[in-house]
Amino acid sequence: MKRLLITSILMAAAAGVSAQKTTAEGIAEYRRMIADGNPAELFEAKGEELWKQKRGPKNASLEQCDLGQGPGKVKGAFVQLPRFFADTGKVQDLESRLLTCMQTLQGFDAAAIAKTPFGRDEQKNIESLVAYISGESRGMRFSLPQGHSEEKTMYEVGKRAFFYRGGPYDFSCASCHGEDGKRIRLQDLPNLTGNPGDGVGFAAWPAYRVGNGQLWGMQRRLNDCFRQQRFPYPGYASEVTIALGVYMGVNAKGAESIAPGLKR
Amino acid sequence: MNKKLAIQAAALAAIVSLAGCAAVSPAPDYDAMLQSVLKASFRDQGIAKVDRLKQDASNQACSEAQGKDLTDATAKAIEAENLKTVKMPSGGKFIGDWKAGEKLAQDGGGMTWSDKSTANSENGGNCYNCHQLSQAEISYGTIGPSLYNYGKIRGVTDPASAAAKPIVDYTWGKLYNAKAYNACSAMPRFGHAGMLNEKQLQDLMALLLDPKSPVNQ
Repeated sequence: MKRLLITSILMAAAAGVSAQKTTAEGIAEYRRMIADGNPAELFEAKGEELWKQKRGPKNASLEQCDLGQGPGKVKGAFVQLPRFFADTGKVQDLESRLLTCMQTLQGFDAAAIAKTPFGRDEQKNIESLVAYISGESRGMRFSLPQGHSEEKTMYEVGKRAFFYRGGPYDFSCASCHGEDGKRIRLQDLPNLTGNPGDGVGFAAWPAYRVGNGQLWGMQRRLNDCFRQQRFPYPGYASEVTIALGVYMGVNAKGAESIAPGLKR
Repeated sequence: MNKKLAIQAAALAAIVSLAGCAAVSPAPDYDAMLQSVLKASFRDQGIAKVDRLKQDASNQACSEAQGKDLTDATAKAIEAENLKTVKMPSGGKFIGDWKAGEKLAQDGGGMTWSDKSTANSENGGNCYNCHQLSQAEISYGTIGPSLYNYGKIRGVTDPASAAAKPIVDYTWGKLYNAKAYNACSAMPRFGHAGMLNEKQLQDLMALLLDPKSPVNQ
């Protein structure tokens, strides 16, 4: 019902704008209309509950999870991810880090969650968790650490992944996101080789998607990018997705995070 | 990441600092690291198999350029290689039905892991995703140049005429293999990659060059 209502509000908003307006302008108008009620807030609230709730085989909460700012510190963590974690010896994004915490603290099987299709079981819970955790950094500016050699390596690998052409259409990330002011149909495309601005591109996700009523984290966003790029399937929390996260996140330095955002 | 490599590098760095000399450590091979990351990260899904990650020389050179221009010599060599792949249509028939072409231009589908088959019939031309074509369609992308009035601007009044021949040949070649004219073009190589068949290319040709096509109104 709610989804239907939101969809019809968006349609009304879209119908109200003249044909010359781009999708971005239509969305911006819609954003103003529901400024006090982004449905992502429902996911945030559920995420906070999940964070504090004792769950899993070990019947423990995630409150001692270290997202990079020390155990249990959520505020400000999101705008510094992905980053290197000494305990795993890896650069991790928010979602791969959550898998680590769900396994070590709660006793869940991280590999099994990584294999679960989006929107189901524990993947569904991760949607709410990323909404909550990103929301705790709302209004803060991206500043990913690059001090560790693994962080620098992941940036360099991510940059090369971004420009890597392949598949039947020869597409790379850069085919669509390498220049300013481009569109596919009416959809504006952020230039992700630099900082595209506050709340744009990397700084807009996770986001609630009006079109399907789903909350998408960066993993799901990248997964659908690769689908449209006509690439094979990237594993959840796989190295290529994290390397791209480092590349985009470092490039977005100084951009204000509006996550969880609102998308068409 | 490549853990063994990282450990070796760390050990090397320790030895160097122990010896107290300012030796230059070799630059990390990020391209090799990318290959192992890609291999570890992707899997087959439906029609989208991991062999899609294999690059030919064109894609490799354009990837490594990271958005910068290639040297003239490299660009020319890539274009020459791609030009060799262009197959002219059988029986010299270049122009099909612009109405079928418009339908194909509107269709942005095909070749994703959620598509059922790699058959040409499943693939759209994806044209409006990146180009303006007819004036009636306002939902067009801007990654490629506007193709509105494509034939008209180039003075094509009869695509079958001798005068139109060079433009007709070029346009066929461009649709067949865009990299024959611009080494790192963002445009797919529809004919060369086997994405669209001869009939589909003929219909797109008509959309661009038939004086009756909405593109030329």
